Amino acid sequence: MNTKQQPASGDALAAAPSDRQSAAVRTAAEPLLRVKDLVVEFPTRAGTLRALDKISFDIAPGEVLGVVGESGAGKSLTGAAIIGLLEPPGRIAGGEIVLEGQRIDNLDHEAMRHIRGRRIGAIFQDPLTSLNPLYSIGRQLIETIRTHLPMSEKAARARAIALLQDTGIPAAEQRIDHYPHQFSGGMRQRVVIALALAAEPKLIVADEPTTALDVSIQAQIIALLKKVCKDRGAAVMLITHDMGVIAETCDRVAVMYAGRIAEIGPVHEVINHPAHPYSAGLMAAIPDITIDRENLHQIDGAMPRLNAIPPGCAFNPRCERSMDRCGRERPELLSAGPTRAACWLHAAEAAT
Amino acid sequence: MRRLQRIWNSDVGYSFRTSPVAMGAALVAFLCVFFAVFAGWVAPHSPFDLATLDLADARLPPAWIAEGSAKFVLGTDDQGRDILSALMYGARISLAVGFASVILSVIIGVAFGLLAGFLGGWVDAALMRLCDVMLSFPAILVALLIAGVGRAVFPNAPDNLALGVLIVSITLTGWVQYARTVRGSTMVERNKEYVQAARVTGVTSLRIMRRHVLPNVMGPVLVLATIQVATAIITEATLSFLGVGAPPTSPSLGTLIRIGNDYLFSGEWWITIFPGLMLIVIALSVNLLGDWLRDALNPRLR
Amino acid sequence: MALVQADDLAMSFDVSAPWLNRVIERTPRLLLHAVDGVSFEIEKGKTLALVGESGCGKSTVARLLVGLYEPTRGGFQFDGANAHATYQSAAGLQLRRRIQMIFQDPYASLNPRWVVEDIIGEPLTEHGLITDKATLRTRVEELLESVGLAAQDRIKYPHQFSGGQRQRISIARALATQPEFLVCDEPTSALDVSVQAQVLNIMKDLQRRLGLTYLFISHNLAVVRHVSDQVGVMYLGRLVELADKQELFANPRHPYTRMLLDAIPKMHDTGRARTPVQGEVPNPLSPPTGCAFHPRCPHANARCHDERPKMKMIAGVRIACHAAEENRI
Repeated sequence: MNTKQQPASGDALAAAPSDRQSAAVRTAAEPLLRVKDLVVEFPTRAGTLRALDKISFDIAPGEVLGVVGESGAGKSLTGAAIIGLLEPPGRIAGGEIVLEGQRIDNLDHEAMRHIRGRRIGAIFQDPLTSLNPLYSIGRQLIETIRTHLPMSEKAARARAIALLQDTGIPAAEQRIDHYPHQFSGGMRQRVVIALALAAEPKLIVADEPTTALDVSIQAQIIALLKKVCKDRGAAVMLITHDMGVIAETCDRVAVMYAGRIAEIGPVHEVINHPAHPYSAGLMAAIPDITIDRENLHQIDGAMPRLNAIPPGCAFNPRCERSMDRCGRERPELLSAGPTRAACWLHAAEAAT
Repeated sequence: MRRLQRIWNSDVGYSFRTSPVAMGAALVAFLCVFFAVFAGWVAPHSPFDLATLDLADARLPPAWIAEGSAKFVLGTDDQGRDILSALMYGARISLAVGFASVILSVIIGVAFGLLAGFLGGWVDAALMRLCDVMLSFPAILVALLIAGVGRAVFPNAPDNLALGVLIVSITLTGWVQYARTVRGSTMVERNKEYVQAARVTGVTSLRIMRRHVLPNVMGPVLVLATIQVATAIITEATLSFLGVGAPPTSPSLGTLIRIGNDYLFSGEWWITIFPGLMLIVIALSVNLLGDWLRDALNPRLR
Repeated sequence: MALVQADDLAMSFDVSAPWLNRVIERTPRLLLHAVDGVSFEIEKGKTLALVGESGCGKSTVARLLVGLYEPTRGGFQFDGANAHATYQSAAGLQLRRRIQMIFQDPYASLNPRWVVEDIIGEPLTEHGLITDKATLRTRVEELLESVGLAAQDRIKYPHQFSGGQRQRISIARALATQPEFLVCDEPTSALDVSVQAQVLNIMKDLQRRLGLTYLFISHNLAVVRHVSDQVGVMYLGRLVELADKQELFANPRHPYTRMLLDAIPKMHDTGRARTPVQGEVPNPLSPPTGCAFHPRCPHANARCHDERPKMKMIAGVRIACHAAEENRI
């Protein structure tokens, strides 16, 4: 059990700095996934658009990293780039993605196909379209298992049934032969999770896995995802726009803005003590079910379009605390206490 | 002017500019239409003015073959009519019939499709059954039937009436595809929230159909219409070839082909081949334009 | 007297197979009871929020109130008069001036081929309120500015705006005829969080300034907490609890409300364990007997299985629950 990677519940703030440090050290030492200066571009007839502009982050084995941001920030693209499913004409134009020490961004189709499923699993938003309606779920599960693991049909079937039981599908031995349309939305998403875990991948990329589901089902699916990944020691990259889901599921979170990472750090730090003005604005804009407020804090303006990203820090035109430097130089991720923020306000801190 | 600029700079305009096929087809089609419309001024001769015909010029081969003359570039037919000029006048009839029948088909088809899609219920069922019935008749048979009836009812019909009957018979089976397409699109748009917003405001159904839904369903209609111009021209040529289309006194390309057919085996191939080629060129260029338009307007391919 | 008074509002849809199929397969007619007896009041200037998950019928209630559907049973009074009778009559157009709607999808709620000026101006021209072009333009500019957009935006097309801006255009259109009652069907669900904040702030501001009454439909309880005065929780076409906002969030009584509040992932809760709700929303075509929630309810008893609970006033809160009535919870 990788308990050391997860901060003790409720006491993240009080957790010994050595705990976080050792987690950081461990991440630095042997990250499961390392993304370094990733650049994703889209050539269009109006010029080349940079959808992701030098993204860097790591995921430790067994860790749950949340990637949060508004539409257009590039979080789904990050997931797609890692799985190797970028839709052309989009392409990786720079940087590297390293999985367990091996570079995967420059692999050809065939090699990437082996990685997908076996070492990286994927869960997408819409359970309706994630499953092939023409085949029974058993058939799809067994096919996935046998593609990546050397197993007989019988053994694969037994394993598939075990997976379905693990993901909470009742009467798995009978339901394994049912078709996707015979399941409800929540059940289908469970099947999708089972599919993603079929070949025992080390990393699961989940892109908005609960957005299309009802609130009460959301809670079930989130709990399930956490549990099965923890049991198997699989790391999760959870992409979503829902901060509540992030708060409940993730160890660390990366806040994205206009194709860059604005802030990254332990989840409760980022939520309660955001160091980047955008993160701070975002947290303040979210209506909280526990408190009454007269007006929600709003960040004026809107996220810039890809062809109109301002020079320097992408957020500076909307930022209340922007300085001269912000309009000229783009900040790197600087240390800001327990988190790292791409903001010149923390330049002094980084220097010390 | 600004609107034209906007279209030129848009995605569709860009797609046009970068597609040599589309530009080539457009140029050819434009030339055909130009020569057809201005045949009276551009044609070197007036082949249907009996006063200018001279039987001595009959059956001359095209200019580049021995015995041909530069006066009649593409040769002459059995009555001394210049083939090139006949082509232009013939194209005029063909294009006129083609465009007229398409325009009529669009008007009828779109109207029916809108009503069927928007009102649903028995109106939809009735109109769709009507479509099914119309589709089960082959266009040529319908045209033959109508032409036959027309001739029986108006035995001494002037040329214009003959053309009118021709247009009607092509329209009669042509409107169905528009109705179906528009019905489908209308059913999609009907459920969109801007239509519901108009209903909440109290706008009547007729006005919603006309002002809200119609502009949004015309896209596929444009593509169909372009392609159907070619089909209509060919259908008209077929009918004329069979003798129930345009009369010999104001012949279309089909009629010219029929006239020339008799002389094919006596070696005077140019009388039928050139009208045939002209027909192919028009149909091909319009078809290619329609193909390009369909791909350019397809949101998924953009 | 309340501005809006709904009384046993019900709407059933006939989703039977076509007649021929029914005859051949001998299947009975199939009715979907989307809304099954909903009653509530909204005072002038206040906001009632209706929350619930998919299939609970809240969107259908919205469409019933604006006259897009006719109820199969019951009805509602608007300003003392029977609304659906009015919708059918000649005075229907007048009523539509006073009740307007804002929709969920900012991309589908504006006609992509119309310029903004025509979109916002349509209610005005339709009702014959303004006939002169110059006055129309001025009014449209006024409306645009009141929702935080620029006057020049009136010549643009919807695709030139972002989702949040489009939603503001929808709001401007809804306000064109100076309505008193706005039905809002998940107006911010499709928007990003920061944009949502802007739109919600505008809506609250407009309510204060213009004295508007809102019916706010949402599945997001946090948003509901922010905007509403009263909250109604719906489940499978029925209202299970109706209470003042403070009371509902501080003291949820109905088991479904409690589970719903519990299930929501909270930002500032520090990872405490929650008991997720068991089961899923049943198929609305074959709802459970008695109380619709009883298969998932930890407090269900035989009476809950047999008898459908009625909405009763218990401790200042309206709730439809046998267990609450019998003081078991």
